[in-house]
Amino acid sequence: MIAHKNQTLVRARINGEEVAFFCEPRQTLLEVLRDTLGLTGVKEGCGNGNCGACNVIMDGVLVNSCLVLAVEAEGRSITTVEGLAGPDGLHPLQQSFLEHAALQCGVCTPGFLVAAKALLDHNPHPTEHEVRYWLAGNLCRCTGYDKIVRAVLDAAEKMTA
Amino acid sequence: MQAFEYVRAQSTEQAVALLAEAGDQVRVLAGGTDLLPQLKEGRRKVALVVDIKFIPELNELCYDPDEGLWLGAAVPCYRIYSHPVVARAYPGLIDAASLIGGVQIQGRASLGGNLCNASPAADSIPALIVHSAVARIAGPTGRRAVPVEAFCTGPGRTVLGPGELLVALHLPPPRPGFGAAYLRFIPRNEMDIAVAGAGASVQLDDRGETIVAARVALGAVAPTPLYVQEAGAALVGRPVAEAAAAFAAAAELARAAAQPINDMRGTVAQRKHLSAVLTRRALERALARSQESLRGTAR
Ligand SMILES: Cc1cc2nc3c(=O)[nH]c(=O)nc-3n(C[C@H](O)[C@H](O)[C@H](O)COP(=O)(O)OP(=O)(O)OC[C@H]3O[C@@H](n4cnc5c(N)ncnc54)[C@H](O)[C@@H]3O)c2cc1C
Ligand code: FES
Ligand code: FES
Repeated sequence: MIAHKNQTLVRARINGEEVAFFCEPRQTLLEVLRDTLGLTGVKEGCGNGNCGACNVIMDGVLVNSCLVLAVEAEGRSITTVEGLAGPDGLHPLQQSFLEHAALQCGVCTPGFLVAAKALLDHNPHPTEHEVRYWLAGNLCRCTGYDKIVRAVLDAAEKMTA
Repeated sequence: MQAFEYVRAQSTEQAVALLAEAGDQVRVLAGGTDLLPQLKEGRRKVALVVDIKFIPELNELCYDPDEGLWLGAAVPCYRIYSHPVVARAYPGLIDAASLIGGVQIQGRASLGGNLCNASPAADSIPALIVHSAVARIAGPTGRRAVPVEAFCTGPGRTVLGPGELLVALHLPPPRPGFGAAYLRFIPRNEMDIAVAGAGASVQLDDRGETIVAARVALGAVAPTPLYVQEAGAALVGRPVAEAAAAFAAAAELARAAAQPINDMRGTVAQRKHLSAVLTRRALERALARSQESLRGTAR
């Protein structure tokens, strides 16, 4: 790592692309993703690990980017909600959220989508119980959760059909 | 957040040297799930943050049937419960590791951090105590070992001296007839801080007839997690056929040992009551698991 006037150069792979950015050690990954890299799909709800709006996948593991220092991203691979859709359009989870009306204000949605992707990546056939427990670290003040759970279960079914 | 320097330590020796040099202006970073909120709220002042996650021995999760479990201080919870052999051998630890926060927290939170943060309500500490875990510490003058029940000295305070680092937790190998469990009470199903918690472990003789050793530990009912030695001692030599009465007596000893406070999460009376109920249930679950282990079936 190269230090430069309190700024550290960090190299990471973000949504499949090699990225280099300068940051201060005190900046969170969430701040840098949004403010430096313009990935504003990553949301800040609580800033202290309780809401899941800032969820990203780091080296295959779901984390709260508000509780990760940006300097910790050095050499890591990170997926944000911007990395879900492919060249052919929306990810099946995104499509399913639309079809099931699994969002209202939408501020929690990127976190739920990324969390759900992490779940399906390692458990393609989750039960409803497993979906609910997995998503317990994501808060939604609008939907009442049920439509989100249906959307995830339906996407899982379609993706493994 | 306040400004600080960040170093990714490459070895235990380097981390210890950095800690010793910087005095009280330095904090260790493992998963950061306690430290980052504390830094954001300005509850801790730091000049230097030393990231220990990339030190190989702090990241090791290694089980040997003769040596037991070496659990590197920085290993995150998800790696512990995803390890099938460890999950079978240390069920009490798995209970705790799988209920700390949600999956996003478990992806980062380490048991070393849970222990060093020394919250009275920390979920893994009673579980570590009933598994007879020992903290391995490295410092400027060498290495030492401290049983987990003696590690926390007050809320947020531990036996770690200046320049000292928790390297790993060592858990002895379970013998056939061993079982353990950890339970907590919270008002919701997940994502909350324990109102009270209880861990228990039971060792049966080879025939599964008599309790030959037992341990009980409580969380959130004293300034530190509490090892209730007398509750375990009262079970030694008791026949399994009389477990119900023996567990009820041990639960009363746990109730008596608990010294809780009133706060927004619960009252003294509720926490005393929970200490007894959770101790009895944790013992029952530990016994069931020790019987399963004798039958040679998975938990
Ligand atoms: C949303 C949320 C939910 C949570 N739920 C729970 C819960 O259900 N139960 C529970 O018990 N806790 C819970 N916690 C608290 C926290 O996640 C745990 O205590 C966790 O185990 C801390 O581990 P960490 O690796 O993140 O520690 P860090 O935050 O990295 O470190 C914690 C403290 O220990 C020190 N430290 C860490 N490692 C070492 C070491 N090896 N040597 C010396 N000092 C060290 C650090 O300097 C710091 O002061 C929750 C936190 C959040 C944000
Ligand atoms: S903003 Fe990170 S968990 Fe709420
Ligand atoms: S849709 Fe508004 S918070 Fe979830």
